[in-house]
Amino acid sequence: MFGLFRRKKSRDALKQRLKLVLSYDRAKLTPGKMEELKGELLGVIAKYFPSDAEDYDVRFEQQGDRMVLVANLPIKNQRA
Amino acid sequence: MNAKAIVVTSGKGGVGKTTATANIGAALAKLGEKVCVIDTDVGLRNLDVVMGLEGRVVFDLIDVFEGRCKLRQAVIRDKRVDSLYLLAASQTKDKSSLSEHRMKETVRQLLEEEGFDRVVIDSPAGIETGFQTAAAAATGALVVVNPEVSSVRDADRIIGLLESREIGEVRLIVNRLRPAMVRRGDMLEVDDVLEILGVKLIGIVPEDEQILISTNVGNPASLNSSSNKTSASQAFRNIARRIKGEEVAYLVFDERRGFMAGLRKLFGGF
Repeated sequence: MFGLFRRKKSRDALKQRLKLVLSYDRAKLTPGKMEELKGELLGVIAKYFPSDAEDYDVRFEQQGDRMVLVANLPIKNQRA
Repeated sequence: MNAKAIVVTSGKGGVGKTTATANIGAALAKLGEKVCVIDTDVGLRNLDVVMGLEGRVVFDLIDVFEGRCKLRQAVIRDKRVDSLYLLAASQTKDKSSLSEHRMKETVRQLLEEEGFDRVVIDSPAGIETGFQTAAAAATGALVVVNPEVSSVRDADRIIGLLESREIGEVRLIVNRLRPAMVRRGDMLEVDDVLEILGVKLIGIVPEDEQILISTNVGNPASLNSSSNKTSASQAFRNIARRIKGEEVAYLVFDERRGFMAGLRKLFGGF
């Protein structure tokens, strides 16, 4: 009930920032290179499917001991 | 921990490596082990002053490496507790004679010929020669981390380097925890740090001004039995017992007092 009035905790912000920066550190990749990778990836996908460039997400994810590159690229619905 | 040679390291400077080395070394000696603590921070030695042994340094690690003295001559016995010894770093000589091979040989002699049960190696900050030398002889590592952004990031890097050296037993010490800030949500919790770094925990040490006071006078806090059950010195003594394989419960820090605290407890303790 007191939680309603609580400001956003700096702990949560730090945790998120650390997870992100460590994913780049561990993959030995800079955020700039990641943007490049996203762009190229999107270019390749666009050759095969019409996709929505606004609505995609490429990021690292820690899965247990492994670091995984996760790409989420929605394809435009073409039933029409 | 099975490791007889344990490096204390962190990447980032100023997180409490030297204090941890002095206190854990002293606590292990009090538990009956014959312990040698080694300072490998050549040019910036401090383990001697933290332990209050600065007046007794004659020979140092570089003297041993370059054959100017026998190992036994360079090892200083701490008079306050039987079986605690210090091998100081050099304050003046340069780092060029630091060598992984010589470090391994020195630690081997201490363990196999001089009858030491444990060697605790205080690493310098950074990831260069000094750290590499300190880690070379180690079979176990204590990574000291403060719950803040740069320390956690550097610890991650150090853990990677320790793993690439195939140091099997890597354990984490969360140092300078401020329980009141954790409760407010303004400091990482120990579980957050463990989740992010993915290594096993061996100690939680609270921020404690008693540590500064005891280093002011060169007397490792863990040598004195404090009445405060949640003090940093108690936390260090617990780490020593865990290193020896004992199961010791982690300290619980609950400073919540007063009316609001009472209310919160009443409503389920959030």
